[in-house]
Amino acid sequence: MKKYQFQLIALIGSVLLFSGCGNQNGKGISNGALSSSNAEKVYVAPGEQDEFYAFMSGGYSGNLTVYGLPSGRMFKEIPVFSQFPTSGYGYSEETKPMLETSFGFVPWDDAHHPDISQSKGELDGRWIFINGNNTPRIARISLSTFETEEIIELPNSAGNHSSSFITENTEYVVAGTRFSVPVPQRDMPISEYKSNFKGALSFISVDPDHGHMDIKFQLMMPGFNYDLSHPGRDKSHGWFFFTTYNTEEANSLLEVNASQNDKDFIAAVNWKKIEEYVNNGGGTMMPANYAHNVYDEATHTATSTMKKEVLTVDPLKVPGAVYFLPTPKSPHGCDVDPTGQYIIGNGKLSADLTVHSFDKMIAAIEGEKFDGEAYGIPILKFEDVLAGTVKSGGLGPLHTEFDGKGNAYTTFFISSEVVKWKLGTWEVIDRKPTFYSVGHLMIPGGNSRKPFGKYVVAMNKITKDRYLPTGPELEHSAQLYDISGDKMELIYDFPTHGEPHYAAGIPAELLAPKSKKIYRLDENKHPYAVTSPDGSKVVREGNEVHVYMSMIRSHFTPDNIEGIKVGDKVYFHITNHEQDFDVPHGFAMIGQNSSELLIMPGQTKTSVWEPKQPGVWPFYCTDFCSALHQEMQGYVRVSPANSDVPLTFTLGE
Amino acid sequence: MKIIFKSALLLLILVVMSCGTKEEKRKDGFSVDRAKTTEKTTEPESEANQVPASQRVTLDEKGVGQIKEITLDAEINSEMAAAGEALFKTNCTACHKIDKRFIGPSPKGIMERRSPEWIMNMILDPKLMTEQDRCAKDLLVEFNGAAMSNQNLTVEQTRSILEYFRTL
Repeated sequence: MKKYQFQLIALIGSVLLFSGCGNQNGKGISNGALSSSNAEKVYVAPGEQDEFYAFMSGGYSGNLTVYGLPSGRMFKEIPVFSQFPTSGYGYSEETKPMLETSFGFVPWDDAHHPDISQSKGELDGRWIFINGNNTPRIARISLSTFETEEIIELPNSAGNHSSSFITENTEYVVAGTRFSVPVPQRDMPISEYKSNFKGALSFISVDPDHGHMDIKFQLMMPGFNYDLSHPGRDKSHGWFFFTTYNTEEANSLLEVNASQNDKDFIAAVNWKKIEEYVNNGGGTMMPANYAHNVYDEATHTATSTMKKEVLTVDPLKVPGAVYFLPTPKSPHGCDVDPTGQYIIGNGKLSADLTVHSFDKMIAAIEGEKFDGEAYGIPILKFEDVLAGTVKSGGLGPLHTEFDGKGNAYTTFFISSEVVKWKLGTWEVIDRKPTFYSVGHLMIPGGNSRKPFGKYVVAMNKITKDRYLPTGPELEHSAQLYDISGDKMELIYDFPTHGEPHYAAGIPAELLAPKSKKIYRLDENKHPYAVTSPDGSKVVREGNEVHVYMSMIRSHFTPDNIEGIKVGDKVYFHITNHEQDFDVPHGFAMIGQNSSELLIMPGQTKTSVWEPKQPGVWPFYCTDFCSALHQEMQGYVRVSPANSDVPLTFTLGE
Repeated sequence: MKIIFKSALLLLILVVMSCGTKEEKRKDGFSVDRAKTTEKTTEPESEANQVPASQRVTLDEKGVGQIKEITLDAEINSEMAAAGEALFKTNCTACHKIDKRFIGPSPKGIMERRSPEWIMNMILDPKLMTEQDRCAKDLLVEFNGAAMSNQNLTVEQTRSILEYFRTL
């Protein structure tokens, strides 16, 4: 009886459900079918792999996170500007130099805009660069080891925001200052900002073989805020475009005072011309102090060098190198389409997008159609360079990416949406809401000559109710849209770590095959490496004790050490002797005022321990490595400072 | 219930008494009577089961993996053996000692127990071997579950280690 009742209710229920759908002209049914196909689109079955890598800046985490698309699964957090206890980055002796600056050791930064190296305007997947916004730095990360290999500090810069964007053959990684500052830095009244502060745009050359960075020159521009930038490409290769705001040069209450001018500028910089000028001996070398930190993969060790001078260029000394393109309403994103023809200014306080034409800009320059000058830099006439305006109906455009099929996608922060529009006709094709308040967006290769226009990821600033609440602090939300059809389809939501200000995506097939699996032990050039277990030893040099230790599943060599004294500084130099993929070992010492070490196969890392009390103190492996992982441990006997316990080190005796 | 309580009390008294009567003595470690189990295993006993894997002679087995057939020259190639010794030192001695059983067995005398193909397959892909080769599987159990590491050696490098084993 009960059974029948249930079936009856179910029957009535489903009839109601279907008739309900029918009332909406079948909309409900098609939605249901749609969401199941959306599920298929993002479903990466167990054991299958994603189609794209997505590198999301970690914002105030200081790091870079690696995701898969379309699944939204996070694979790795790459430590860049912040100490990372998970691996020991910034804690180990080898990696501490990576975080050195002219201000001393700075263990954190605000990471913003990742950009993948390019050849001929296409992603080549050698390196990814990212800027530290707070203490101006640019980092280069290897895309074979997925580790930070180099960090260069930028002098004369502050709020390193219009960075780190790459010219189309990775000739330069470019970094512009958001905050103008006195150059050189000096004690002066803040109110004398106007006409006294400078905005440095740094062109950092990238060695084509090793990727090593060197500041080729700094262009010393008027004291505006240089917000974002992008290189010209293809026909406009050789130029670089920077949005500016605060052309009012306000030094207080910028919220109001920097929003007075109806138009700010996009600065167009002919870097090829300046490069030529510099190569011919132009520019002024000025004293500076900035750190250049390089990690060597062979020695597994970073070194920090302080550089003492930088070449500066006065834009007025290079005629024809810099022009201003008037652009309405404090433009934020500065994006160039894949053909290099269109330069898009996303006027963040506007409803419209301003698109400049590269050809028209060149014609205006050649015709000398100037509309005055700012600090000697010619201002081109707005109407002469304007290609068109996108009347979007949205509010607060921030960033634009491209799909390589003639379409552009722009985020609107205030109206929380992504708008798809057509290059050339400026017509709006589609718009989809984001949840909520979208900042950047990313299409894999979407700022290169060859975008892979299958997905767009919207990176939102506000999460609110998208996930289960986790107290007041939430991870940011990202939304994935399928853009393979005429209309965008929202297919997935996933949380992102820190605050992604921009991301860079690349097809997995370009990176996965060359991802490094192990560090070869026979290529390990670390000065304290132990490449054979019989090379393990403990050496005392005064109060310093160096432990040359090796590790393999599942023991340390040596694992019993005696003769350490209170007041010693003990260096554990540990080499992982595994040569198999994905067999790291960890090392942690009780009471150590540092993080653990996570040591990859064939790698050597060093941790310092200063024992404070006599006793017998254990250490162990922190990464579950084998069935005998729990046995992977050892002891250090610490004796009082004045004792004469002999130094011994043993294993299995 | 009552009975249990009473006997527990009795036991406690006995324990306390025994403590009182014994002299305190510092002991090195402790020992537990480990009576050999008399239970019979239901598994059919084969010859292989009786002899520990490390002492078993399985010269006819070639193991599982890419090495199917190896022909050894009558003379040991000393140059190759020296290269093998160097590789063995950096890649293997963390677990294998020549003069004693360590984490794994000593390679001494291995040529009398295992075929050259088996040895090379074991070095080249220990995971596959311990999954699919009976002797390798038993060795893993005999050696405490300490899985042998894949050291990512090439066939050529592995071959030279084999040559080194011939000199032992």
